[in-house]
Amino acid sequence: MMKFGSQLVLGAGALFALAVGAVVIATSERPPMESVQRGYRGTGMDQIYNPRFLAKTREANVVPVSMPKLPDVGPKAGQVYKNVQVLKDQSVGNFTRLMASMTNWVSPVQGCAYCHDVNDMASDKLYTKVVSRRMLQMVQHINADWKTHVVGTGVTCYTCHRGQPVPQNIWFKDPGPLQAKGYAQAPNGRNHPSTIAGYTALANDPFTPFLEEAKDVRVAATAALPGTTNTSIKQTYWTYALMFHLSGALGVNCTYCHDTRSFGDWSGSTPQRVTAWYGIRMARDLNVNYMDPMQNVFPPARLGPLGDAPKINCATCHQGVYKPLFGAQMAKDFPELQKVSQ
Amino acid sequence: MAEYQNIFTRVQVRGPGHMGVPLPRGSWKRTGKPLYSYLLGLIGDAQIGPIYLGFSGVASLVFGFIAIEIIGLNMWASVDWSPIQFVRQLFWLALEPPAPAYGLSIPPLAAGGWWLMAGFFLTTSILLWWVRMYRRAVALGLGTHTAWAFASAIWLYLVLGLIRPVLMGSWAEAVPFGIFPHLDWTAAFSIRYGNLFYNPFHMLSIAFLYGSAVLFAMHAGTILAVSRFGGEREVEQITDRGTAAERAQLFWRWTMGFNATMESFHRWGWWFAVLVTLTGGIGILLTGTVVDNWYLWGLKHYIVAPYPDIFGTITDPATAVMGAGK
Repeated sequence: MMKFGSQLVLGAGALFALAVGAVVIATSERPPMESVQRGYRGTGMDQIYNPRFLAKTREANVVPVSMPKLPDVGPKAGQVYKNVQVLKDQSVGNFTRLMASMTNWVSPVQGCAYCHDVNDMASDKLYTKVVSRRMLQMVQHINADWKTHVVGTGVTCYTCHRGQPVPQNIWFKDPGPLQAKGYAQAPNGRNHPSTIAGYTALANDPFTPFLEEAKDVRVAATAALPGTTNTSIKQTYWTYALMFHLSGALGVNCTYCHDTRSFGDWSGSTPQRVTAWYGIRMARDLNVNYMDPMQNVFPPARLGPLGDAPKINCATCHQGVYKPLFGAQMAKDFPELQKVSQ
Repeated sequence: MAEYQNIFTRVQVRGPGHMGVPLPRGSWKRTGKPLYSYLLGLIGDAQIGPIYLGFSGVASLVFGFIAIEIIGLNMWASVDWSPIQFVRQLFWLALEPPAPAYGLSIPPLAAGGWWLMAGFFLTTSILLWWVRMYRRAVALGLGTHTAWAFASAIWLYLVLGLIRPVLMGSWAEAVPFGIFPHLDWTAAFSIRYGNLFYNPFHMLSIAFLYGSAVLFAMHAGTILAVSRFGGEREVEQITDRGTAAERAQLFWRWTMGFNATMESFHRWGWWFAVLVTLTGGIGILLTGTVVDNWYLWGLKHYIVAPYPDIFGTITDPATAVMGAGK
């Protein structure tokens, strides 16, 4: 009764089902997951963790042991060395300690020569030295002026660099894939697979409007009835993409900050949402005042496809953890990174 | 005797192809020589064709083809005419409505004009298919229930793509053409308008949708269960209640005290299905036009459950007067 053609179709169908099954299994994480209730019961404000990943995440976020702090005596670095601009008030001993620490944090393989001309350590010949000076100022600025986000924990070079000259998570303006011109639909920054937004078709680059420009993140109506809010559904795609990034960068669910029955409502939110609110503004401040102005300092190979400087987002520090390095108190060993140098 | 108690139809009838009842005067001819498919016979009638296209059918296909062509070519252009990328990214690609700045004006082709055009052709195609469905039913001497059920779905489609955008004064409010992008639209729509789950008509639509599935399963299960008594011949059982109908109805009366009849059950099914999109369309229509934030509306009308602030008082930092943090 069954013909060869029918068998062929059935066979092809079985193969297709197998392929779909393989994709589903390969792209999913197997249960069981661990859930931690945070919000009031019934609100679904749980954090979901894959317990099999935790050991690996812990391992990736171990803080290197700080070199012992030396007594702050003797001549200052600014008196002994030439061309010291940021750390001139430090004793020579602690200045050298920080330089050695920075080498461990940023260029352990490349050594001092990654930033310094070893024949003339004071020279600004290498662009990396100019960048690292600005980055020192940035770290001081974060620790001194952004306590609303980093609180007392603070940051060091290691928070982002983790032993790599270029932090693993940076961003450039993304022009999106090449599109045909002419009468065809013009690019709109969406409707292609967005790795930032969890492989949805949401925005490719939600960072430029929110973490560089100061576009409003808020989209939900603020009153029950129409007349007060003038945001669009199209705007919402961008906010949603940014939130995807926050969630991924911190390794948390939406409910880490929001009671999802009303994303915009602050009264149902967690304190972490306030911290995140400052974090968005901090990233914007750092990109506009520290990263963008260095566009001329970086060589072309370090710039993005549109020629812009590398920039910071939540993942730059957080790297998949709700608190960078699980909140390790590393910066306290380096008081020179805590205050803005005069 | 033929058995129907299987997940597939095990009995396939083979005979001379049935060309259908004579058509009224002035009709087009049915086209295609009937053929048989074993695989399709497992899930339905094994005879394929002939088909009656008619004027409205042909016109609908032409308009639909143009719409799909506009959508598909714009999608293809958005991967710079790469056939490989077109296939790889197909689920992500879209034809997007114009930006809010254009309001209800006709934008340039590249800025949403194609979307407007595709919408016109697709809508015309769908309406022509409705005409065809209505007229085929009349030509066969049937009631027009199927056409009106289809009209309910068209109502939701028109609300989403035409009526609500016109009331809102902006084509940008409409749904993009695209697989994932239209799903992103539903998520963004709910976020912008304060959680659609607090929209009572959305609630009704979900209830009817899930209800439809339950009714469908109940009915299919019941009829298959009594097919050994000829229960699958429902039409005969409606007018001449046999042992199949008696047993099916007794089964439900004994299990839950009440039973639909062989005939009324189909009204249940029809209304549940029709009400999914009818209530859904009302819910969409009210969103943004009458209610801007369904959660806040729900608070006002006591449908939002009150929960204690277990995190303490969290206030919007944008409104807080603070020196730190710029």
